[in-house]
Amino acid sequence: MTLSVDIMHRLGDFAVEANFESAGRLTALFGPSGSGKSTLINLIAGLIRPQKGRIAVDGRVLVDTAAGIFVPMHRRRIGMVFQDARLFPHMSVAGNLRYGRWFTPSAERYANMEAVVDLLGIGHLLDRRPAKLSGGEKQRVAIGRALLASPRLLLMDEPLASLDEARKAEILPYIERLRDETKIPIAYVSHSVAEVARLASEVVVLSQGKVSACGPTEAIMQRLDLLPAEERGEGGAVLDARVLRHDEAFGMTVLGSPAGEIRVQRLARPTGTPVRLRIRARDVMIATERPAGLSALNILAGTIAAVRPGIGPTVEIAIDCNGAIVLARITEQSKHTLRLALGRQVFAVIKTVSFDSATTGAGLPGEADG
Amino acid sequence: MNWLLDLTPDEWNAVRLSIKVATVAMLASLPPGILIALLLARGRFWGKTLLNGLVHLPLILPPVVTGYLLLLTFGRRGPAGAFLAEHFGIVFSFRWTGAALACSVMGFPLMVRAIRLSIEAVDRKMEAAAGTLGANPLWVFATITLPLALPGLIAGAILSFAKAMGEFGATITFVSNIPNETQTLPSAIYTFTQVPGGDAGALRLTLISIVISMVALVASEILARRVGRRMDIE
Repeated sequence: MTLSVDIMHRLGDFAVEANFESAGRLTALFGPSGSGKSTLINLIAGLIRPQKGRIAVDGRVLVDTAAGIFVPMHRRRIGMVFQDARLFPHMSVAGNLRYGRWFTPSAERYANMEAVVDLLGIGHLLDRRPAKLSGGEKQRVAIGRALLASPRLLLMDEPLASLDEARKAEILPYIERLRDETKIPIAYVSHSVAEVARLASEVVVLSQGKVSACGPTEAIMQRLDLLPAEERGEGGAVLDARVLRHDEAFGMTVLGSPAGEIRVQRLARPTGTPVRLRIRARDVMIATERPAGLSALNILAGTIAAVRPGIGPTVEIAIDCNGAIVLARITEQSKHTLRLALGRQVFAVIKTVSFDSATTGAGLPGEADG
Repeated sequence: MNWLLDLTPDEWNAVRLSIKVATVAMLASLPPGILIALLLARGRFWGKTLLNGLVHLPLILPPVVTGYLLLLTFGRRGPAGAFLAEHFGIVFSFRWTGAALACSVMGFPLMVRAIRLSIEAVDRKMEAAAGTLGANPLWVFATITLPLALPGLIAGAILSFAKAMGEFGATITFVSNIPNETQTLPSAIYTFTQVPGGDAGALRLTLISIVISMVALVASEILARRVGRRMDIE
């Protein structure tokens, strides 16, 4: 799937000017509030008509102002999950789920009720009224409803933003499943580094209505300068790791990553499960010799691949560990004292306790342990 | 209780006629009522204020004036009346259908107002969500807007019915007071008060009208509550 967007839309003195192309499984539209992400997604869904530009999904033109094309939203076959689930209050959960099916031409119906209900774990909710659901359940039903309309593209507009941390942790695994087990491409709006790092394969960074960067998640998450100020501390390396084994004696899990083995607190995930690991740059220390007598358990050997000025009196140091980049954010002073420079052999040190569920991803609730 | 139900055939006719007229008036004004309410709630067009004023006119004008205007337009020699009689065989003047027309016109502003308010209260975000699921605007209206506005629809229908049950001025001006044809409950009560010894009859009919109104009101209350509970809007 390729989503290509090239549009200009002005709202008062705020203008969204976006030009990007993405072919990712899950493309994140990422930026602080007021950066135009939601406007952009509404433009793609057809809720807003752009003043100028062109939007196409897989070569199918949805909008082209120059050619006078504007496909109305009900013919776009683009599923949308809103921040406020927007379930129809006068229908049961099952009624909500079936709604979009009616309007899908039978030849294009690929979504299967049972499979979707199973994927999202909402089987026990079917007879209930939306008002009787928790926030997390509502959002899962809303995702199911959008899927059952058999969309060509699924848009998610900050689906977790109005939920508390526990509810977020409840839904994230389902979105991961959606990304990995279905073929529907997803565009996901978010302002949270944790969500984007965990879910996205590609990131489009927006700021003040413009695209400031666009690329693979691993590359974007290391560009701390691109992240919104309040989220900067969350930035760092994103590594695709796998559960190697569990250390039951100490309650730990050993992950195999391209940068080396990393020990984190016990994860409720079976051996072999892929884990997308985020190592916050601020959590990484640098040693010039392999440290001894240190409590930190994770020590990765590597060479300095880049040194960039950071925000304030800090520098960002990219360490190449077996080809994977680990990013460290340290002070100018440390860099000076340790004489850190390009090509130098160093060790990245990360405490096990600095990893939490936001950086390792919690398992599906109720999923088999082991 | 016996003396209450011991009505003369003419009185029974007045009761039956009133219910028939009010029911027909209510049902006939529902489709145009919904359409006009939708236009006023959602439309943006030139002359909206004018349309709004026109709809509300029967509420402000003396009923006699409305009745007289109906007589001028829908009477046998009126432009609309002559046309309808000639082409469709529909005659309003001095018929029960005329009473129903007068009642629906008088109740129309109340009905439109209730429906308009409930349509305005419908969350347009719900409609947008239905649109992204593939529903075209007509389906969105039928499956989302209308069901969500149902409590207002019921309220509007009941108001129209209640107004029709009590309508007097416009009806008597337009279609007069003919027993068995246009003599509704209010007209019958009025007739009783005009003749000596009519007090008992007037009282009987008065009590009957109170009972009918109460039943309609309670029924609408139950219906609205059931709809509200089904929707459980947070």
